[in-house]
Amino acid sequence: MVPSDLVVDLSRWQFAATALYHFLFVPLTLGLSFILAAMETVYVTTGRTIYKEMAQFWGKLFAINFALGVATGLTMEFEFGTNWSTYSYYVGDVFGAPLAVEGLMAFFMESTFVGLMLLGWHRLNRVQHLTVTWLVALGSNLSALWILIANGFMQDPHGATFNPFTQRLELTSFMHLLFNPDAQAKFVHTSLAGYVTAAIFVVGISAWYLSKGRHIELARRSLRMAALFGVLSSVGVITLGDALGFIDGGKQPTKLAAMEGLWETEQAPASFNAIAFPSQEEQRNLFAIKIPYLLSILVKHDLSTPIVGINQLEQEAAQRIKNGIPALMALQAIQKNPDNKQALATFDAHKQDLGYAFLLKRYAPDVAKATPTQIEKAAKDTIPEVWILFWSFRLMVAAGFAMLVFLIFATLYSLKTDCRRTGFLKIAPWFIPVPFFACEMGWVTAEVGRQPWTVYEQLPTWISASTHSASYMIFSLTGFVLLYTCFIVVEMYLMTKFVRQGPDEPGSRAGGSLAGQPVFAHPLLAPHRD
Amino acid sequence: MEVLTTYAILKITWWLLLGVLLMALAIMVGMDMGVGTILRYVGRTDEDRRIALNIIGPHWDGNQVWFVLGGGAIFAAWPTLYGTAFSGLYVVMLVLLWSMILRPLGFEYRSKLASAKWRNLWDWTLFVSGFVPMLVYGAAIGNILVGFPFHFAQEGTAVSVYTGSFITLFNPFAILAGLVSVSMSTLMGSLMLMNRGEGALYERARRVAGLAGPLALILFTIAGIWVANMKGFVINGTLDPGMQASPLTNLPVSIVSGGWLQNYANHPILWLLPLLTYISVMLATLLARMGRSHVAWWLGALGWIGILGTVAAATFPFLMPSVTDPAHSLMVWNASSSANTLGWMLGWTIVFVPTIIVYTSWCYWVMRGKVTAKQVAEDDHAY
Repeated sequence: MVPSDLVVDLSRWQFAATALYHFLFVPLTLGLSFILAAMETVYVTTGRTIYKEMAQFWGKLFAINFALGVATGLTMEFEFGTNWSTYSYYVGDVFGAPLAVEGLMAFFMESTFVGLMLLGWHRLNRVQHLTVTWLVALGSNLSALWILIANGFMQDPHGATFNPFTQRLELTSFMHLLFNPDAQAKFVHTSLAGYVTAAIFVVGISAWYLSKGRHIELARRSLRMAALFGVLSSVGVITLGDALGFIDGGKQPTKLAAMEGLWETEQAPASFNAIAFPSQEEQRNLFAIKIPYLLSILVKHDLSTPIVGINQLEQEAAQRIKNGIPALMALQAIQKNPDNKQALATFDAHKQDLGYAFLLKRYAPDVAKATPTQIEKAAKDTIPEVWILFWSFRLMVAAGFAMLVFLIFATLYSLKTDCRRTGFLKIAPWFIPVPFFACEMGWVTAEVGRQPWTVYEQLPTWISASTHSASYMIFSLTGFVLLYTCFIVVEMYLMTKFVRQGPDEPGSRAGGSLAGQPVFAHPLLAPHRD
Repeated sequence: MEVLTTYAILKITWWLLLGVLLMALAIMVGMDMGVGTILRYVGRTDEDRRIALNIIGPHWDGNQVWFVLGGGAIFAAWPTLYGTAFSGLYVVMLVLLWSMILRPLGFEYRSKLASAKWRNLWDWTLFVSGFVPMLVYGAAIGNILVGFPFHFAQEGTAVSVYTGSFITLFNPFAILAGLVSVSMSTLMGSLMLMNRGEGALYERARRVAGLAGPLALILFTIAGIWVANMKGFVINGTLDPGMQASPLTNLPVSIVSGGWLQNYANHPILWLLPLLTYISVMLATLLARMGRSHVAWWLGALGWIGILGTVAAATFPFLMPSVTDPAHSLMVWNASSSANTLGWMLGWTIVFVPTIIVYTSWCYWVMRGKVTAKQVAEDDHAY
């Protein structure tokens, strides 16, 4: 009993939808929490109250965004269990640990102190409140670290081994799990992308105020801080993106080849496809504009290493599938009789390709009787959707460089002593969606590129899903999309409203009051008097 | 008695820690959800409702992490249970999650607009997101006693297959257990509102506390009589607690009438747990009526510990018994992570749970005292 193709696809759509929604809110939280902390630090060290007003104003927008980050994050954790039960069983021993530590070390800190940060202004002294704000920023960023350590294990499994008796991956080294190079590089890349997102958010809104001639003092200072923070982060994002490409180039050759639309192996120095129309069916690019030398320089940092193409990788996969067959058969023998020494020896000799045999099982339930056509089909599965990766990657990179240029302009503008209304101020608010788009494209590149695996080369996606009926899945996917769409409409409405309203005069409340009105008396409860 | 291996001791330690987590979840998140459940009753005016929300306002988010941590800890320490339970409970889990995600929005967005319609809408979502999760929480625990219709299929690796429909999970006993949970959370919520509220809000909260406590005890008693007469799971002979954690071993498990009382028969001292529930909840109710809500709150927390302890004592070592194939039941012995993971996670827990308790206490201390209408009206960030 394994899930049908439709159920697997719907499970993937659901996870992708909920993750993409969640990832609209997370980057802004990561960056804005540091911007708030920086503003408050200036307030505490210099005593200038304008910086307190800044921290409080941006804090209000932070809270609106934060609520949805928490709400959409809740469902993500439990979706592993509800929709990916075989995955949970198979890797929970390893993957569950960083998730639990995230809760213990980071999420608790962030969530406990965020209440004090928002409501504790009158109860805490300046230094205490500043400490609380920094703890929120630290907590949210540590949270990202642990989540990306978990994700790093899916991308490039380190520190675990398959136990044939319990039939799952088990932790061998917590340190290897922790210091996984993919996870570390991705953490810095992703959190910096969050800083850029927040920087452009603050720059865009501040520029809008300046162009309207409103809240000039607050907007000018906010713009300057955010622009500088953004430029530095932006340079970091690009550097770490390069490092990540270098790491993935070694560890995930199919992802790399698909990102570059590289069907045939390129001898060194390899040229880079700037634009291409890849065709998965014909396994070639229908059209491509090439830049010589560039690919070798980008991914190998030299001019002498050839880069293996998709068609060659597919042949290698076929070999590994054949090698995995004895491992899966031995595993089944061990299940029947755990004392079978011969089966154990066979398993040990072939276990590195067990995951590939699971790919074959999709087409040949009895892998011992697999035909060459079935093996070929399974090998084709090892190649992710090329056009998605090719374009999501390029759009992310293009957006990344555009943001760097934008932020340099913002910094130059912020250095001017008078805030003249320029073209920059008009364009800046329209730039706010760009980092959000780039973050989503980054997620797509990383996660679609991992297919067909949930855990790279260890566990295929198709076997990871829960055995639900398709109707359950249609019900839940529809529910999530409807609910989240409503949320986003409400969130955008509130954000826009509070931005338009701007920072208040001190003492006046933002929400307005219905004080004293007995508007809520329910008909059933109304007669009751106290 | 034979000497337990390190692995077996780790498993038992984690079973105890899981209990601590589920208790913390029930007490802390349950309290906030209780406030949500009774919000529309205790707060007759917008002002009262805002005071009620601001009483738990600085803490609801931190408290909610016990729920998140509960999920994460089960994932890390009992991965088989995590995958099997949550996929089996699919529709129930969705209802739980969908109602839970309304909470952060209800808190954060409700008072942002000065419109009665808008605020009423969010008050309803706060009711739903307080009542439904606590009902599901209790029902899930009730279903441990009823048993779940699932088994494992062999696909080269273990694949859990759930054979019931979602309505199976809302059987009469589970609903009864769910109502125990709702009344306990209402008790805790109303005691918190008494601690930090005044005037009409305080009076209504006191009335709720006076009713919720006795109701919880009556429902708990009915559930107890029911359990004594229902079929329970027992192990025939002995199992090695240090066994490899595979769900595919055929376990010598059978279902017998009154089986859940076997642990109590073997260790009569366990009867202290239900006794603890009766004494503490009764005292809590009494003190609430006298207006001593702070002490009553701590007694209510003890009551929760008694209730969950009673269930835990009855079901040990079962985590998720299978009615379809009792030999595939999940237990403390066969559903846990490897010794290495349990050891590492224990280390993290020993460092961080006390840390969390210290800073959470500090936060409550900072925000102590009565919440007044004036404070709420003046604070720019107030809920």
